[in-house]
Amino acid sequence: MSATGIREERTRAVVTGIGVVAPTGVGTHQHWESVLAGKSGLGRITRFDPSGYPVQVAGEVPGYDAARQVPGRLVPQSDRFTHFAITAAAAALADASVDPSALPEYEMAVVTASSSGGTEFGQHEMERLYQKGPSWVGAYQSIAWFYAASTGQLSIRHGMRGPCGVLCCEQAGGLDALGQAWRLLRSGSRLALVGGTDASLCPYGLVAQMATGCLAAGDDPARAYLPFTTAAHGFVPGEGGALMIVESAESARQRGVGSYGELLGYAAGLDPRPDSGRPRVLAAVIRRALRDAGLTSDQVDVVFADAAGVREQDEAEAQAIADVFGPGGVPVTAPKTLTGRLYAGGAALDTATALLALNHGIVPHTAGPDRLAASCEIDLVMGWPRHIRPRTALVLARGRGGFTSALVVARGASSTSSKSEPLVKGLPA
Amino acid sequence: MTENATVVTATDLLQILRKVAGSDEGIDLDGEDVGDVPLNELGYDSLAVLELAACTERVYAIRIPDSDLKNEMTPREVVAYVNARLAEARA
Repeated sequence: MSATGIREERTRAVVTGIGVVAPTGVGTHQHWESVLAGKSGLGRITRFDPSGYPVQVAGEVPGYDAARQVPGRLVPQSDRFTHFAITAAAAALADASVDPSALPEYEMAVVTASSSGGTEFGQHEMERLYQKGPSWVGAYQSIAWFYAASTGQLSIRHGMRGPCGVLCCEQAGGLDALGQAWRLLRSGSRLALVGGTDASLCPYGLVAQMATGCLAAGDDPARAYLPFTTAAHGFVPGEGGALMIVESAESARQRGVGSYGELLGYAAGLDPRPDSGRPRVLAAVIRRALRDAGLTSDQVDVVFADAAGVREQDEAEAQAIADVFGPGGVPVTAPKTLTGRLYAGGAALDTATALLALNHGIVPHTAGPDRLAASCEIDLVMGWPRHIRPRTALVLARGRGGFTSALVVARGASSTSSKSEPLVKGLPA
Repeated sequence: MTENATVVTATDLLQILRKVAGSDEGIDLDGEDVGDVPLNELGYDSLAVLELAACTERVYAIRIPDSDLKNEMTPREVVAYVNARLAEARA
């Protein structure tokens, strides 16, 4: 819809490439295998000694070596969240068979989400400032900390000089970036490199996150993040995310590439002040996303939940889902229990996982929870994946401060345009 | 490299650059022929040159006024500049 409420000509947007850097693995295949196997990426923090901190469990990207994954110059010039974006972007471009040098440079957009910016880089420079003095603070601090750093580096590296931007909407940012990319396809861009990453697992970053009061204390990875249960006591922070190629269906057809699926509908809203007495917006945002997609609630086959892991927020989400779909009316899952909440990377990774689920005909389960809280009247997929051949998925995301977004994606219509064949190869059924 | 050094070489400066700003694959900073290649063509932007100046100031205990070094300069020109500042400091 435009601002005037008049429906604009729709540009069909398809996802033709995915790149993943996550606690579940680097690379789409490794991630999806971990998701199906319920293999958790949570563990005791190793990037620094967490023994002095109340929060000791996190989702770290395993075995990531920037020196092997990122061009040499960019290693000392950019933060880990940008390293992740560079790795995921290269994978997404390759997956989509996009050679940016062969396409019009101003028709390729870059949109990322970032929540923490270059926190670890910034901590390092702060240490130099107070330990050694101002002249020791590196010049690259000026760009490496910045939320838009990844977008800028990706635009430069791949010569993608169309509209570029960054969305800072905490955990909702991944969906909002996809929504923005879709808008850009309606105004002259043929494809967008889009998604989100965050990497804030350093002492400074962790302390900043702890201030929300929503992080799970303790040191047991198996008990730390149990959304929608009575044992829920916060969430585990994680690092990583996903980048995707979102492209007009026309561009994908011209290039002769298949797609993982299509963006069908998107909506975003902002919660009112907690003391306003007005209701939160999630249910309304879901309804608007469905309307945007042209779907009725019974046409949604699975919901990828935000899964805050905080009792009151879990109940609010379950209530909103039950409002729209009826109690237990739709399968709900939250594979993010394997990664922790990845901030700007979270909803981007959830969307990638949802597209993989649609392509494989499988709804992955939510590893961890084994019994729902009575107050959460949803059909949470627990224990093992369900082979129910979902055609559509709704991805939900809520960011601290009230950001609320919903995205509907659908499996590609015909098997000839699907990407499922090469992906299925070698994977567990 | 010590604070008592009296003469710097292109190797010294390229070592600093590599440390503060990294280096691109495909560019051989140890090769014979980079001495006359402008820093921007070696992949170094204006921020890399700021870093180079700050680090060179610390290592050689000299002052390098802002904007004296530019990324259009070649390693050989930077060496000549730094050695001139070192000579001044000694005088």
